[in-house]
Amino acid sequence: MNWLRKAGSEPLWKEEFSVHSADERYVTRRQLTKFLVLTSLGMFVGNLWILFRSIFHKAPVYPEQVVAQVGEIPLRGVKLFAYPTTEDHCILVRTGLDEYVAYSQKCTHLSCAVYYSQQTDRLECPCHEGFFSVRDGSVLQGPPPRPLPRVVLERRGGQLVATSMQG
Amino acid sequence: MANNDQPSPQTRGLTAIAGAMSLIAVLLIVQIWLLSAALESFLAGKRQTALPAAVFSGVMFLVCLALYLFVDRMDSEVRSGGKGR
Repeated sequence: MNWLRKAGSEPLWKEEFSVHSADERYVTRRQLTKFLVLTSLGMFVGNLWILFRSIFHKAPVYPEQVVAQVGEIPLRGVKLFAYPTTEDHCILVRTGLDEYVAYSQKCTHLSCAVYYSQQTDRLECPCHEGFFSVRDGSVLQGPPPRPLPRVVLERRGGQLVATSMQG
Repeated sequence: MANNDQPSPQTRGLTAIAGAMSLIAVLLIVQIWLLSAALESFLAGKRQTALPAAVFSGVMFLVCLALYLFVDRMDSEVRSGGKGR
């Protein structure tokens, strides 16, 4: 029943648009704590998602693929190929007379393509100087957090066949 | 003399709130580290770390929630001038 407004009170527009910008910017202790707890909930949900993916993880099925002929590449030479899909580039290195190793060419740091350095006998990522052992793909130096995924090779007659991936 | 040196209930409440909020911040940092470590292990194919990471993260979330309820209650008491005590 306030049809008549009192003299000296707030202007009508202020009463109808009662948003105080200073109050809007003010964050109380409760609001900050609530925000922190919601962030904590987000972290917990993230961990649950990882757990869910781990439980319901299906082992991938890898095809068998001929990647090279024995003796096709020279000693300490390389051959690039794609495995298990055409989007997954890999590198095959002949490390000995009858020794071959193959790894994913994707650096485990930021997915740059690694290459084999004959001078240092290691796999090197040119982007951030991450170095991998050519023997087992382990990290020798630099920011990569994990070893390179290894392509499991089998020798069948005169052919090198990729059968699966490790790591 | 000794009674004058005693902090008021409001000061004690504010100190408790600051301590609780600091503890929440520390727990949050640990949770962020835990999530990144669990994700790193998952991507590396070591899936056995996912369960303990999720359990510890859940415990830390519950502690954070309890601290939030504590801060909420203390804040109400401090704002009402310690009348609720």
